[in-house]
Amino acid sequence: MSEKKYSKKHEWIMLDGESATVGISKHATEMLGDIVFVELPEKGKSLNKEEKAAVVESTKAASDVYTPVSGEIMETNQPIVDDPSNVNKDPENNGWFFKIKVKDKSELDSLMSQPDYEKFVKDNPN
Amino acid sequence: MEKTALYNFHKNSGAKFVPFAGYEMPIQYKDGIVKEHINTRQSAGFFDVSHMGQFFVSGGRSTELSLEKIIPLDFKEIKMNQSKYSFLINDEGGVIDDLIITRVENGFNIILNAACKDNDIKEIAKCLNSESKYELRKDLSLIALQGPKAETILETIIKGVKELKFMNGNYFKFLEKKIYITRSGYTGEDGFEISVPNVIVENLIKLLTDKDAKPIGLGARDTLRLEAGLCLYGHELNQEINPIQANLKWAISKKRRETGGFKGWENIKKDLQNGVSKIRVGVKPAGKIIAREGTKIYSNTGEEIGIITSGTYGPSVNSPVAMGYVKSKFSEIDNKILIEVRGKKHEAKVSKLPFYKKSYVK
Repeated sequence: MSEKKYSKKHEWIMLDGESATVGISKHATEMLGDIVFVELPEKGKSLNKEEKAAVVESTKAASDVYTPVSGEIMETNQPIVDDPSNVNKDPENNGWFFKIKVKDKSELDSLMSQPDYEKFVKDNPN
Repeated sequence: MEKTALYNFHKNSGAKFVPFAGYEMPIQYKDGIVKEHINTRQSAGFFDVSHMGQFFVSGGRSTELSLEKIIPLDFKEIKMNQSKYSFLINDEGGVIDDLIITRVENGFNIILNAACKDNDIKEIAKCLNSESKYELRKDLSLIALQGPKAETILETIIKGVKELKFMNGNYFKFLEKKIYITRSGYTGEDGFEISVPNVIVENLIKLLTDKDAKPIGLGARDTLRLEAGLCLYGHELNQEINPIQANLKWAISKKRRETGGFKGWENIKKDLQNGVSKIRVGVKPAGKIIAREGTKIYSNTGEEIGIITSGTYGPSVNSPVAMGYVKSKFSEIDNKILIEVRGKKHEAKVSKLPFYKKSYVK
C-alpha cells in the first residue's frame, strides 16, 4: 500500500497495486453532517479523472463525489448504501466508496499528501 | 446580519450557523441533525425561534373587523387565550404569510415568519384603522420546547403550564416577569412556545438544559415539520398559492368559507366551489432516493403532473419524505407516481400526511 492522497474536492485515494480505494475525507463528512443517502457507480463503469462518480446526501442537500483518477469501477461498498451513517462513523476506512482500476498512476502525482490536505482545509474552511 | 439574544449560547453550544432571513441562526449543534431530531421525538428539545416576528395588535371590535379583511378567521370565535393557525391573504387569494394568532388581553399576538415579517406588518397596517395600535416586540425572544418530556420539564420551571390545552395560552410568571406561553409548536410533538423578555431568556435556557432538554437547530426543525406534514413558507406556501390549493381549507373559519369578505375571496370561492387544478400532497419515494425541492413529478404514464416543494430524509420514519403539488386528479392517496432525480425516474406514491403521527394534548 502506498500513501493516502487527497483531492481538492475532499476525496481520499489509496493505491494498492493496480487498483485504488476511494472515499470522502473526514473533513468532508464533518461539513456534510449526517449522511442519509449514498448512490454508488455501477461496476465496470469507466470514468475520467474528476468525473462524477457517486452522490452523498445529508438531510440538507445532495453533493457529488468525483473520482480523483481515471479508470474502471471494480467494486463498490454496499454497506454504506444499506446504512449511510457508516460513512460518518469511519469515513477514511470502512466508509470507503469504490475501488477503481487505475488507468494512469501518474494522475496521483497532482493530488495532495495528508499534511498538504490539512493545510488546504485550513486555508479553505468551506 | 442580525443575531438573537441567544447567539452566544448557540456559539458556546457548538452551533454551526447559517444566514437565515437576515439572522445568523444555528442549523445544528455538535450532535447533528439526526440525533437532534430523534431527541425531540423521544425526549425534549428546544428551538430558538426569536427571529420570528412577535407582532402585537391592540384595539376593539373594529380592529378585529379590520384584521378579518386580511386574515380569513371568524374573530368572534377566537376565545381568550386561544390560538389559531391561519394566513395573511393577498388580493388574488395567495398566501402572504402563514401565522399563529392568539387572543390575549386587549388584543392579539401574531407570530410571523422571519423572512416575511417586515412586509407582513406593512400589509396588516394597511388594513387597520387609526384606533388600532400595533408593535413588533423586538424586546421578546421566542423559545419552542418540543417533545414528550416538554410538559414535565417546563412544569418544574413554571408551575401550571401542564394545565394548558393544545393551541391555548396564558400568562405566567418567570423571574418576577410576566411571560406568555402557548401550548403549540411545529414539530408534530406536544410542546410549548414561550415568549420571554430577551434580558431573561438565557436564564430560562439554563434551566431547560439543566433538565436535560437539548438545543435543536433549524436543520432538525425542518425534518421534524416535514415528517409532521406541516407547510413551510417559501416552499409549500407563497403569494401564488392559495390555502385551498395548499390543502389548508380548515385554516379558514367555516363562516368565512361561506360568506367571504376577505382579500382574494373571488378566487378562493371559485376553488371551493369547482375544486382546485393542483393540490399539495405528501410524496413517499419507494426506495431510499430523496426527492428535493424542484424535483419533477410524473404520472405512471410519463405525463408531467407536478413538482416537489420540500424533501429530505425523515429520521423517525427512516425513509425519505417529501411534499409537493400535483394535478388534482393524481392526488388520491397511494396513487403511484414517478419522481425524476438526477435524470432518472423513480417510483413513489402519494402519501397521506402526516408521515409521522403523534397525538397532541387535547
